[in-house]
Parts: sequence; structure tokens; C-alpha cells
Amino acid sequence: MADDRLIIAGREFKSRLWVGTGKYKDFIETQKAIEASGADVVTVAVRRVNITDRSKDNLLDYIDPKKYTILPNTAGCYTVEDAVRYSRLARAAGVSDLIKLEVLGDEKTLFPDTAGLIEAAKILIKEGFIVLPYTNDDPIVAKKLVDIGCPAVMPLAAPIGSGLGIRNPYNLKILMESVNVPVIVDAGVGTASDAALAMEYGADAVLMNTAIAGAQNPLAMAEAMKYAVWAGRLAYKAGRIPRKLYATASSPIEGML
Amino acid sequence: MQAPIRIQVNGEAKDWRGGATVADLLRELDIKAERVAVELNLEILDRAMFGQRSLKDGDRVEILSFIGGGSF
Repeated sequence: MADDRLIIAGREFKSRLWVGTGKYKDFIETQKAIEASGADVVTVAVRRVNITDRSKDNLLDYIDPKKYTILPNTAGCYTVEDAVRYSRLARAAGVSDLIKLEVLGDEKTLFPDTAGLIEAAKILIKEGFIVLPYTNDDPIVAKKLVDIGCPAVMPLAAPIGSGLGIRNPYNLKILMESVNVPVIVDAGVGTASDAALAMEYGADAVLMNTAIAGAQNPLAMAEAMKYAVWAGRLAYKAGRIPRKLYATASSPIEGML
Repeated sequence: MQAPIRIQVNGEAKDWRGGATVADLLRELDIKAERVAVELNLEILDRAMFGQRSLKDGDRVEILSFIGGGSF
């Protein structure tokens, strides 16, 4: 798998499993889970610094930006203005132009507001951002995002944090065939088989947070996800057998009594 | 010694000494400048400007950094 690198906007990524950093017990657990997952892309949110209690550690003391690609996100943004503002702040706080762009439609579903997403992406691309948009499993929207200059798209498998797995595999497959950029399945994965399935369908990577952080044993789940993504990727590249309704014997008839 | 000023830092009112720069504010709040983004009255400041921008009475400062979060 060493030569099977993922390349987005000229950047090379070793891991096809990308992880979030939310919902962990503490920074130590976050660090250990990320290490166990083998991920080299780590997404983070942008928030106000706690100015009254300075005893709290900084996340980046535990996740070395030299070792990981830090992918800031605009989680929690419901308007184009907010998403653009947070993207600019993320760039000012960090070291790169990468942004995982989220423009959310409503609090109950956290589904993307795709009209707002396209609008925000246009503004940010013009400003030199490398926009990785969190989008719906809608092939037409994905094509539009690519057309305006997104070097990858990140369709959801299911609502964020739902753990429902891939709810619309056929749409995802059509989406993957519709765009000529990497597709990173983002959100909705519940367990290892969901991640493997996403990769078997042809996803270029999978991004998850809750599936690992919310597991009974996050470190063990992180490792499971690492192997699931590997297995799914290898199976995709190997090419699965076609599905058939009836049996096909795998032992020869010749030589039977 | 300049007259004290009242500023808003991350939504909290703070009495500060006049003439202090953004870099002074960060240092006195024990915040590492290389880890944060600073917005002064909705304008995002270049890190190189932290030492040059003096704070004025009524300024609204937002100091942000990366925290744990995947998708909201």
C-alpha cells in the first residue's frame, strides 16, 4: 500500500483514513486514538481561546502539526458569512490554505446547505483556499463543486454522528463516477464495515470522528478503522467478483466418483 | 503612562492599560501568538502586525485557536 498515495491539490497523503478530534475524554486519549488510527490528516475546529482559565492545554501540544496535516473545519457555521469568516480565521491561526468547508442547513440533521456551500466555496477559492467541501451525497452538487475549483469533495454517508453507515450507496457510487477528483466519505460511519464498504465502493478516503471517539474503546476502534480502510481499499483495487443469483461450484466435477 | 482603556476580549470586558499592543495583550494573557488568530474589530490581523497594533478604548478583540472537533 506504500505506493498507493492519495494526492489532493498536489499534496500527498499517506493515510486514507482521516480523523476528527472532537468528543474525546481528554487530549491524551485524542492523541492515542489518532496514533492507533494511522491517520495523517486530522481535522480541528476553530473556537475562542479560554482567556480566564489558561491552565487548559492546547490541542496542538498533543497533535504535532509537523507530523499531521491539520485540516481546520468550519463546523457549526450555518451561514456563508460565518463559514468564510471562520475559514479566514483558521488560515490566520494555522499554516496552510486547507479548509474543510461546512455550511450547515439545520441543527437537527446537520445536513449541508449546498447552495450556501457553493457560494462560500467560490469566495474562498478566489482567496486562494484549498476547499474540501462537506457535501450531500448528491452527484450534481458534487460536480458543481468540482467545476468551481474544489480539488476533492466530501459527501456524507449519513448524518453527522448518526453512525447509520452508508444510507445511499447508489448515489455515492454515481457521485464517485461523476467527478474526476478524490472523494472522501465524511460523516455517518458507525463501525469498521461501514468504512470498508465506503472504500470498496471506490471512495478515496474516509473521514470520521464519532465512530472512533464515541466507541466503548476508542483506541481499539481506531485500529479497527485503520484495517477496515486498508481492507476496503485493497478489495476495491483487487476488483470483486460479480454478484450472481445461483451457485457456481468452486471445486472441479472432474475426478468425482 | 497612558489612560487605561476598556476593551472586549472574547466577549468579556477587560480594563487594560492604554498603549498596549495586541502582542502585549497575548503575552499578558499567557497566550502563544503562533497558535492563534486575532480579529480586531472584525479585521483579521496578520501575525506580523501583533506587535504594531495598539489597542484603543472600545476595541473588540477575538482570540481563536484550534480545538477538538470533527464535524460539528
